[in-house]
Amino acid sequence: MPAVEVHSIYKSFEDVKALKDISFSVEEGELYGFIGPDGAGKTTLFRILNTLLIPDEGTATVLGLDVVDDYKTIRPMLGYMPGRFSLYQDLSVQENLEFFASVFGTTISENYELVAPIYSQLEPFKNRYAGKLSGGMKQKLALSCALIHKPKLLLLDEPTTGVDAVSRKEFWEMLVDLKKQGIAIIVSTPYMDEAKLCDRVALIQEGSLMQIDTPLNIVNGYDRPILGIKSRNTYKLLQALKLYEWTHSAHPFGEFIHFTEKREKPDMIALEAFLLDNGIDDAVIKEVEPGIEDSFMALMRKEVASD
Amino acid sequence: MSSFRGFIIKEFKQIYRDTRTLIVLFGMPVIMLVLFGFAIRNEVDDVKIAVLDFSKDEVTREITHKLSASPSFELSAYLNTYDEVRDIFKAGEIKEVVVFEDDFGRKLVRDGVADVQIITDATDPNLANIVQSYTSNILRDYTNSKNSRLQIEASGITPEIRMMYNPELKSVNLFVPGIIAVILMLVSALMTSISITREKEMGNMEILLVSPLKPIHIILGKVLPYLALSIANVVVILILARFIFQVPFEGSYLFFFLEAGLFIMTALSLGVLISSSANNQQTAMMISLAGLLLPTVLLSGFIFPVESMPVPLQMISHAIPAKWFLIIVRDIMLKGSGILLLWKETFILLVTTAVLIAISLKKFKVRLQ
Repeated sequence: MPAVEVHSIYKSFEDVKALKDISFSVEEGELYGFIGPDGAGKTTLFRILNTLLIPDEGTATVLGLDVVDDYKTIRPMLGYMPGRFSLYQDLSVQENLEFFASVFGTTISENYELVAPIYSQLEPFKNRYAGKLSGGMKQKLALSCALIHKPKLLLLDEPTTGVDAVSRKEFWEMLVDLKKQGIAIIVSTPYMDEAKLCDRVALIQEGSLMQIDTPLNIVNGYDRPILGIKSRNTYKLLQALKLYEWTHSAHPFGEFIHFTEKREKPDMIALEAFLLDNGIDDAVIKEVEPGIEDSFMALMRKEVASD
Repeated sequence: MSSFRGFIIKEFKQIYRDTRTLIVLFGMPVIMLVLFGFAIRNEVDDVKIAVLDFSKDEVTREITHKLSASPSFELSAYLNTYDEVRDIFKAGEIKEVVVFEDDFGRKLVRDGVADVQIITDATDPNLANIVQSYTSNILRDYTNSKNSRLQIEASGITPEIRMMYNPELKSVNLFVPGIIAVILMLVSALMTSISITREKEMGNMEILLVSPLKPIHIILGKVLPYLALSIANVVVILILARFIFQVPFEGSYLFFFLEAGLFIMTALSLGVLISSSANNQQTAMMISLAGLLLPTVLLSGFIFPVESMPVPLQMISHAIPAKWFLIIVRDIMLKGSGILLLWKETFILLVTTAVLIAISLKKFKVRLQ
């Protein structure tokens, strides 16, 4: 039995179509990622799965139960971490965890094993107020709170937004560990680099799913060779590339601009000469492996083109 | 049930850690009591008066002496003609002139009746009224002490006045019930609505909804701590009123606390109702302040008597729970009334509360929309 099964869900808020024809399923013990920019509909989808919103059309089952009819049975089995979840700032670390344990009818000691790998990092600060924790620690505490009642499905809505890179990495390592315990995890994120740790990834944009596949397949599905170009003046470089007749796409990724050509095989020498003519004399050009971001950008371009 | 207990414990912890709010909640009644008890008073001290004595005999001297001996008055001028009255009022210092007719003492002894005229500066009508009634009291006291047969006529008619239930006209007696009503509204409605909307704003409400807590548990968990806080507040106000301001308490304490409990429930259910339509703390605060506190202060009869309002405002005041609570508390404290006399007001509050609780339970959503 899949942990989550969603069939053709639609949801609108007044005149905004938040979700359009969403279908997917999540297996037991799967780490499933929703990748998409802000406003793509991720939070709405999570709220339908956790029974807080009712879909306009379509059906969804969580752990074999219907999200509309059986919401009372589903709720205690979920571990949910809302996107803007900020815990109780005026309660200490331990009190927060105690509170969520008691609200879900359990105690910390009863399920300590499950949260131990995460909570043990927080224990030195257990008397500190949650409001005084760093962003990364806060999210770890929030995850502990969502886990304390041993849920069968974890719904994490943008758990790493606003968290530093090191803490993000640690957080994802924890998710991978949790998955091994057989808990299905659905997580959303605007950060593409986190996607490669998921078993499967769904790319979502403006309320529609664009692609669902393993991270590897998504990257492999990307057929164009990509060049990474670097210059002191990224803005000037980007402007120059837009004038180049063979340019297919050019997106900045960190210090590099990821560049694809309309031709099958890009001509690096011709490109360098063109850039030199346009006053960029320090361009470094190299071939790069495509990442999920490149796929996402390409899919977005296709969507826009077909609209 | 353990989840409900956990929730209550958390609420108490949060309230008790929020020291700033606690200081405001317990400081406010004290400040309001002191303000209304000492500063904002209707009684008068050391009002400057003048005497225009056409008789200048034993009796008028004695009465004049009595007037100047009163702590309310300060005799600051003797006039000789009527024309001076206008001038002295224009100067503004003197608020009242007492005029004794010619041959006052002899008329009083011979006929048992003599005329005295009290002229007041009514630019401040409240003050003029009070000054006038104080003077009449002193005159009456004087004649009574001399001989019950004697009569001094103040401007022709002598009303026999007796102020019952608050004979000294102490305004603090009137304000204490009002302050209780305002504080209860504030603590119960405002604080509850803010505390519930804070859960929404911080995103914690989503988890509470998903948790096994029932809506009634969430509401009760939010309401109970403030119920306790409100009752503590009432006790503080009562102690201050009884022992510092010597406000009388004629009725039964048990009955009083039952009625206070009822009014707290009214206010709490209003708070819950507000929080169900407000999505953030600021909105909740605005609705509570403008929609509850202002009418409670202005339209309940706390400061301005309902009877002197225009009819449309009187109609509105009927819909304000604090108005009924004020009647109840004043009657219990000053008159010692019991349920037999106050059943109507109590019934109105009961029905209002029941309706409000029903609506807020119905409006509380188990989902986000």
